[in-house]
Amino acid sequence: MAFNYEQYLRPGKLPHIWCPGCGHGIVLKGLLRAMDACHLDKDRTAVVSGIGCASRLPGYVDFNTLHTAHGRAAAFATGIKLARPEMTVLVVGGDGDGVAIGGNHFIHACRRNIDMTYVLCNNYIYGMTGGQFSPCTPMGDKASTTPYGNPDPTFDIAKLAIGAGATFVARTTAFHATQIDKLIAEGIRHKGMSVIEVLDDCPTAFGRRNKFRSVVEMMKRFKETAVPAATAAKMSAEELQGKIVTGILHREERPEYCEQYQQVIDRARGA
Amino acid sequence: MAKKVALLQGNEASAYGALYAGCRFFGGYPITPSTEVAEVMAVELPKVGGKFIQMEDEIGAMASILGASLTGAKVLTASSGPGMSLKQELIGYACIAEIPCVIVNVMRGGPSTGMPTGPSQSDIMQARWGTHGDHPTIALVPASCQEIFTETVRAFNLAEIYRMPVQVLLDEINGHMRERIELPEPGELEVLDRAAPSVPPEQYLPFDPSVGDVPPLAAFGSGYRFHVTGLNKAPDGFPTTRAELVDAEERRQLRKIEAARDLIEKNEEYLLDDAEVAVIAFGTISRSARHAVNALREQGIKAGLFRPITLWPFPERRVAELAKQVKGMLVPEMNLGQLVLEVERVVKGACSVSSLTRVDGEPITPDQIMEQIREVC
Repeated sequence: MAFNYEQYLRPGKLPHIWCPGCGHGIVLKGLLRAMDACHLDKDRTAVVSGIGCASRLPGYVDFNTLHTAHGRAAAFATGIKLARPEMTVLVVGGDGDGVAIGGNHFIHACRRNIDMTYVLCNNYIYGMTGGQFSPCTPMGDKASTTPYGNPDPTFDIAKLAIGAGATFVARTTAFHATQIDKLIAEGIRHKGMSVIEVLDDCPTAFGRRNKFRSVVEMMKRFKETAVPAATAAKMSAEELQGKIVTGILHREERPEYCEQYQQVIDRARGA
Repeated sequence: MAKKVALLQGNEASAYGALYAGCRFFGGYPITPSTEVAEVMAVELPKVGGKFIQMEDEIGAMASILGASLTGAKVLTASSGPGMSLKQELIGYACIAEIPCVIVNVMRGGPSTGMPTGPSQSDIMQARWGTHGDHPTIALVPASCQEIFTETVRAFNLAEIYRMPVQVLLDEINGHMRERIELPEPGELEVLDRAAPSVPPEQYLPFDPSVGDVPPLAAFGSGYRFHVTGLNKAPDGFPTTRAELVDAEERRQLRKIEAARDLIEKNEEYLLDDAEVAVIAFGTISRSARHAVNALREQGIKAGLFRPITLWPFPERRVAELAKQVKGMLVPEMNLGQLVLEVERVVKGACSVSSLTRVDGEPITPDQIMEQIREVC
């Protein structure tokens, strides 16, 4: 039987704002399938975002939803989670929002290993403002503010998350639709900070400036350059040039922040 | 029964006032001269099952308290100087999304790093206009440590009742000064909580103007699922650009304070009944002003003190009335002339208005005030 998305969508809030061909809708559907698989209680789940195209997602879904300020989603989410540890907290947003203006909040949420799931839609560009380069735009690529090619080196979001201390880090692409929900569900079930990077296509602001003639071409590139983590482990650095390593990239057990703070409460009360 | 007394610093008094009011979440970042507020909260909050978090920056601190407040907690942050500049972004978010929170600003010299250990009253216009866009403001300016305690309690009440950020403005002097405080027993001071929705979840609209200018705020996790955004929004909380809805929302958010001025304003009037000259002073400098007024009275000069305890909204009506009674007003302040602008705006030339400013890191002394008043009279 087809999955019933309507049970999680707010009536009357569609159509969404995303352009035809945008991958955010694929992420939305994957997210809802993951939340369903984890049997999340709508009343006890918060979905938090910052600013940008991907950050409009919470408005469409029937949970406790918070569309915050640019880059601040992880910090708002930290407040919700610490105040109400029994709630499940998810963050959704884009690359500029998450690791440029929100970079500080992102790495510190990872460091604390606070129990939340951050779904970061990396489409290499600031889409909502019309296509300026982000810290994830590949070097040499074109954006409205890199008209002669991007001179800036690129963030590897997964490496950033792992380095900062996230205890579950995974990556997939908008092409690998059936992997999106599986990885997000794993992230939700994981106790601690989980980061799922979804490489996403922005045909309007990124694709058309960078010689992708269609959405299909953008999807094809995801399909052709993706390498599962297990396969990548057997490949040389040279062979991995230009490839996207997908799947679970890092998983470890480490004390979770709210549980650590409960110990602070116990010590303060002399327990 | 004898009162419980304590020798507390102003910063500590504000932290204990917050706890008395039921604050259960503090998100902060270290900055002089406000840090003691965070330090007391770090000690005391876990004892009552509350949460303290030191965030990665001032913006994160502000974000964390707003997230926590949306779950129903009473929340506090404290900062100073450049930290307050950083907080402005999300003070605006708290205004438009109508999220209760209290911010203690222990004012220091500026702009920028300025004089971190020096006192100042130079953030009062920032408190009113610091975040972009039109928005309501409530700011309280206690003078003594006892009053810092009680005004912090009142700040929480106002934040919860009017569903908005409330700032408590201290300065490096009264933040760090120690005084004997009588600690109120539970129940002695009024403690108010935000209104709960009176309708079931399926009928709940988080910004419903038909239930009044301050629609009840449900808590995340309580069964009321709703949407919060920093965009202009319709009564259901979802973004809108419909002109009449945007206009109605913006005007309601200012009106909720304007219409409640009598409940929010609080002033002390000292020897003003027959006064010919009024000193308009707040916070630490009001203490110098009181001393000056007493000394001038002994010399036969009919001086009085008007002390706003709520600075914003500014006590426009009362100051305008006073302007018709007195010959002149003197506004001493530890900045380069901010409050005097508001006084002049309200007085509209009905009496002379004189400014006394100081920004060298020292307080304005009673002698300075007396000298200037003698010149005016």
